[in-house]
Amino acid sequence: MRLIKDKTNIDFLSRTRRNIAVGLSVIIVVVSSLSLGTRGLNFGIDFTGGILLEVHYPQTADLTAIRQNLTVSGFDKYVVQEFGTSEDVLVRLPPQPGQETQVIRDQLLAVLADVDSTVELRRFSNVSAQVGEELTEQGGLAMIFALLMIFGYVMFRFQWKFAMGAVAALAHDVIVTIGFFSVTGISFDLSVVAAVLAVIGYSLNDTVVAFDRIRENFSKLRGADPEEAMNISINEMLARTIITGVTTLIVLSALLVLGGESVRPFSIALIVGIIVGTYSSIYTASATALMLHVTPQDLMPPEADSELIDDLP
Amino acid sequence: MNRYPVWLNFLVLAILASGILIALPNIYGSAPAIQIAKSDGGEFGDERVERVVEILERNNIQSESIYIQDGRVVVRFRSDNDQTEAVELLRRRFSSDSNVAPTKAAKTPPWVRAMGLNPMSLGLDLRGGVYVLLEVDMESAMTSRLEAYEQDFADRFREARIRSRVAAEANQVNARFQSTEDATAARSLIREADPDVLILDGMDERSLRIRMTEAQIKARQDFAIEQNITTLRNRVDQLGVAEPLVQRQGVNRIVVQLPGVQDPNELDKILTATATLEFRLVDTAGDSPGSRLYSGRDGIVGQRLKREVIASGDQIINAESGFSEGQPAVFITLDSAGGENMLETTKMNLRKPMSTVFIETRRDSIVLPDGTTSYRTVKTEEIINTATIQGIFKDRFRTTGLTPVEARDLALLLRAGALAAPVFKIDDRTIGPSLGQANIERGFQAVQIGFLAVIVFMAIYYRWFGMIANLALFSNLVFIVALLSLLQASLTLPGIAGIVLTVGMAVDANVLIFERIREEIVAGNTIQKSIDSGYGKAFSSIADANITTLIAAVVLFAFGTGPIKGFAVTLSLGIVTSMFTAIIGTRSVVNLVFGGRRLNSLPI
Repeated sequence: MRLIKDKTNIDFLSRTRRNIAVGLSVIIVVVSSLSLGTRGLNFGIDFTGGILLEVHYPQTADLTAIRQNLTVSGFDKYVVQEFGTSEDVLVRLPPQPGQETQVIRDQLLAVLADVDSTVELRRFSNVSAQVGEELTEQGGLAMIFALLMIFGYVMFRFQWKFAMGAVAALAHDVIVTIGFFSVTGISFDLSVVAAVLAVIGYSLNDTVVAFDRIRENFSKLRGADPEEAMNISINEMLARTIITGVTTLIVLSALLVLGGESVRPFSIALIVGIIVGTYSSIYTASATALMLHVTPQDLMPPEADSELIDDLP
Repeated sequence: MNRYPVWLNFLVLAILASGILIALPNIYGSAPAIQIAKSDGGEFGDERVERVVEILERNNIQSESIYIQDGRVVVRFRSDNDQTEAVELLRRRFSSDSNVAPTKAAKTPPWVRAMGLNPMSLGLDLRGGVYVLLEVDMESAMTSRLEAYEQDFADRFREARIRSRVAAEANQVNARFQSTEDATAARSLIREADPDVLILDGMDERSLRIRMTEAQIKARQDFAIEQNITTLRNRVDQLGVAEPLVQRQGVNRIVVQLPGVQDPNELDKILTATATLEFRLVDTAGDSPGSRLYSGRDGIVGQRLKREVIASGDQIINAESGFSEGQPAVFITLDSAGGENMLETTKMNLRKPMSTVFIETRRDSIVLPDGTTSYRTVKTEEIINTATIQGIFKDRFRTTGLTPVEARDLALLLRAGALAAPVFKIDDRTIGPSLGQANIERGFQAVQIGFLAVIVFMAIYYRWFGMIANLALFSNLVFIVALLSLLQASLTLPGIAGIVLTVGMAVDANVLIFERIREEIVAGNTIQKSIDSGYGKAFSSIADANITTLIAAVVLFAFGTGPIKGFAVTLSLGIVTSMFTAIIGTRSVVNLVFGGRRLNSLPI
């Protein structure tokens, strides 16, 4: 079976298409950045610290009654929401410094049992603000570190113009994926950081495979200009790019639908990241390399110093 | 062309067979069980198994199987009810020498157990339990060390008849003398007591400042952490938790993971409690150097107590709670050094009063004017009783003045040993067992459905080659499970997500190869040549792609904590095993089926 013709010849990198793609990317990145700058992210308690309680009621939970009870009991700044189903409820509170964990837990459970005594505790977390701050710092460091290491690897295996292309594509993917969380306001928890790093791995995988083919074609199609050689390479890899993307998206959809509420942000981050990553390995990576005037010579193994010797008087 | 040597085919087969064997224990599922471990860490023999059988039979509790694993007796049940009943029963019977803990045990048949094979261990998010991250209060650890120096130096100066004022403060001990000569003499005494400590000049020539070296500070911190870990382990054992994890994290933190604990309240009290006792003589004349006024608990008179501690909590080797003359009491046994000291003191001080001091440390938070919170460690020391020494005693005695609950908790804490420095919870999570169950069911369902969908897709898209890739995908799953079982790394929900992602990505290598073979055929090469160059030319792309993903996974592992690490582990394992299954594994099958034959077309 074929999803893609054996020989496609789509001119991905023509000047107009490239400009449209670059323009589109710039717009999305700007929108993401603006949203991140103004709306920020809906950080989970992993990052903010605070208290999270998940409970299960045998029938539909009365959120209004829960909120009223919380207010009456002296809690403020709480968030009460359904979690996946109407029987599951999530209660979030900001950090309560100086309060004993067990006291708060008992108080909260008492409040929730007041609404319906058959309430069942599913999960309780009390994270100090300090741990949250450290995690935020660590997450940011991890991403920068991963990008640097990858830049080094691509430079070692290819050349700096390609490394720039790869890292530009990755930065693009990271910003857009995180931007998506900012725009939609989906809870950004620790698992999303993991997902974003996995997106970095995946998108890079795509980019590197394309670069590999570009390098091969640069030496096979001597005389072809870089744009043409790159375009041919992308066309040749199109079937693979799409099939791997499809299989990965299939399993991620299974995870999104069946995995339950707690892996939802993780699945969404990966799905968005993989779609963006596939696009960016075609456009962002190659377009960046082209803008840096990549030439076939950039990738040729340096030929022995014969020319140099010839030039000597 | 395209034939693997026989040994290579056998090697591939052997690796797959061992993978299947190691992964095997995971298919049996688990059942409620009890684990009976010897308190002193020793091993139980068959005799204990027989006693357990006898006790359960006499009480009509049905058990499914009883066996010894790693020196512990494991009893497996058919129902949760049987388990609950049996826990109480066996706890009562064996409280003297064992820790009885409810747990879950794999239903693996004896021959699998005999090979030492275990299923994957499940993380807390999949089985329920309590996770606590504790921070050790290093300042207190330092202060207590400096106070020990203070007392030691003061004693030495007094013995050498040097008059001095010695006081520990923030990070040093200050000593002030009457003359420069005394200060010089004190210097050598300090050197004698501790050859490494830093002796600095004080404000003038008659005073000294003594500080610990960097190495000493680090050693003290390490000691405090290690000591705390030991104590926490003991406490957790006393509570009866199977497979607890108590582990250092970073410079000053300790992770405690208690699978299966459902009521975290009791745990909260016991884990971070610092309650301990000290015994001191009352300074009746009020002239003992360094004596200090202690307040009494409700209804108890405060006293001025001598500086010298007769015995302290860390010298207590056993403690039981009970009643003495109708009052709740703790019965205490001291170690030999403590006992010696107590004997000496009681002999010399008959008919004189001695006080028991109850010490507890807790952390108070203060909200500063700018809205941030700051913490401060508050140490409460109060006299719980003062009694006249009526007779000479040594290492066994009792103390009163507590409520029954306090007596019970204190006895447990004293048995488990004191914390070298107070600990505070900074991250605290409880996962209910039903959520764990739901998580694992959902996770496995996602793996199954995702796997199935990919298999169908590959079979349709690449026909027979797709089936071969599916075989590789399945082996890949087996290998991941086998490696996780072998490493006994905890499988978490993000870990399952990592497996799901691997399933999607692992076919990539085969897609690269198959697409390449198709290209080669279209380019007009012979079938055998196309297979060979398909595998050959795709290799560098596959290697590059996997190495870069591996880099991301390794960074994730290095920076990540807890659940993130689980994801990084399964993702990295999946990448490595998929390289083997997708390249060597499929090639071996392709060679067997299609290699060395004249073919006009390929089912690809």
